[in-house]
Amino acid sequence: MINKILPSAAEAVRAIPDGAVILLGGFASCGFADELLEALHVQGTGNLTLVSNNPAVAERGMALLLRDGRVSKLICSYSRKEGTSLIEDLLQAGTMQLEIIPQGTLAERVRCNGAGIPGFYTRTGVGTPLAAGKEHREFEGETYLFEPALKADFALVRARRGDRWGNLAYDKSARNFNPVMAMSKARTIAQVDEIVELGVLDPEHIITPGIFVQHVVATRQA
Amino acid sequence: MSYTLNRQQIAWRVAQDIPEGAYVNLGSGMPLMVSDYVPAGREVIFHSENGLLGVGPRQTQQPFDNNLINAGNIPVTLLPGGAYFHHCDSFAMVRGGHLDISVLGAYQVAENGDLANWDLPKGRKAPAVGGAMDLAVGAKNLFVMMEYFAKDGTCKIVPQCSLPLTGQRCVTTIYTDIAVLDIINGRVVVRELIEGITLYTLQAETPVALQVSPGLQLLQAPRLDEF
Repeated sequence: MINKILPSAAEAVRAIPDGAVILLGGFASCGFADELLEALHVQGTGNLTLVSNNPAVAERGMALLLRDGRVSKLICSYSRKEGTSLIEDLLQAGTMQLEIIPQGTLAERVRCNGAGIPGFYTRTGVGTPLAAGKEHREFEGETYLFEPALKADFALVRARRGDRWGNLAYDKSARNFNPVMAMSKARTIAQVDEIVELGVLDPEHIITPGIFVQHVVATRQA
Repeated sequence: MSYTLNRQQIAWRVAQDIPEGAYVNLGSGMPLMVSDYVPAGREVIFHSENGLLGVGPRQTQQPFDNNLINAGNIPVTLLPGGAYFHHCDSFAMVRGGHLDISVLGAYQVAENGDLANWDLPKGRKAPAVGGAMDLAVGAKNLFVMMEYFAKDGTCKIVPQCSLPLTGQRCVTTIYTDIAVLDIINGRVVVRELIEGITLYTLQAETPVALQVSPGLQLLQAPRLDEF
């Protein structure tokens, strides 16, 4: 019998080593796999590269890893957060590298990796500092940049409900990057608010089919 | 300059130019106020890049549902007919040219329509491009809303952006506290100007050559209090 359900967040993150590259679902302050991130924090894992739309610095989970210097590189589209200087302080101290990727390009680079595509061309970023060093190519008179697929070792995602096959359904705008990160070639671990029996999720409503998900952990609802 | 529009009034002015049926993305910060001022009876569909179409008013009932937010992390509602989707679909809408209008803030706009709005000189603030570069190239029309002058008094409409670019030749219209200006074929054209400022004064304060629309009008907005 296929059973992707693990009993605890601690067990789910046990295989994540120092130096791992980890994709995170989530946007602004919603849809982050906080309990998995906190288990990673408790486990003491460090030298991490986190790929996330934004650092969730004022909240739980990721904030602890950032605060305690466990993140050696942050890849994101938006690193600013009103009311805290945590990111500015880390950059000033030189203890964390930062790579900025436009939001749509970040999503598509991750999708490419999951879809077996080496990269894609986009007009986004042409003529900006983020185009430096990238291949430029013209299509029908327009200039495009080549953006390579973004590879990672693990993806930590958050969903509203999941089942033992790894099928996932989300909650409103907490969906955001989660289905994209889940479908990468990385080992995907899903934190769900609730585990349901097979067949409970309406096939029309399953957003992430279980083939993309390796482990499911239920946590108490935040 | 005795009278300028406040931020609410600039948002009101932008909203008047959004036509019935338009699909519109509002950038975080000042642009998010635009949805408050769409004229009654005009149906406009707001897109939020975190996966919403049909964004409605802010939530008013506590406790807020924090899984339903706009791109500015504000709890909002979804209108009947609204939809949720993931980030790749969201940016297919953006990059693929499906949005009619994107409204963004700006640090600088160049006379050729170049936009700088995501990064400041080193050390002041962490960089924050978000979806702005995708929106700049993807939306059919890019409206910028900003104060005409920066806090240090310099004009934000410039011959060339000195700050890092967000996109090239992408801005179509600039809405400010003293004027509305269109960028047409690489020239800045004054469409509306506030009472009490002459075109002569505006040109004297602006480091690029301004053209004047044949239909030049007074920039007006109802009284709206800052909040």
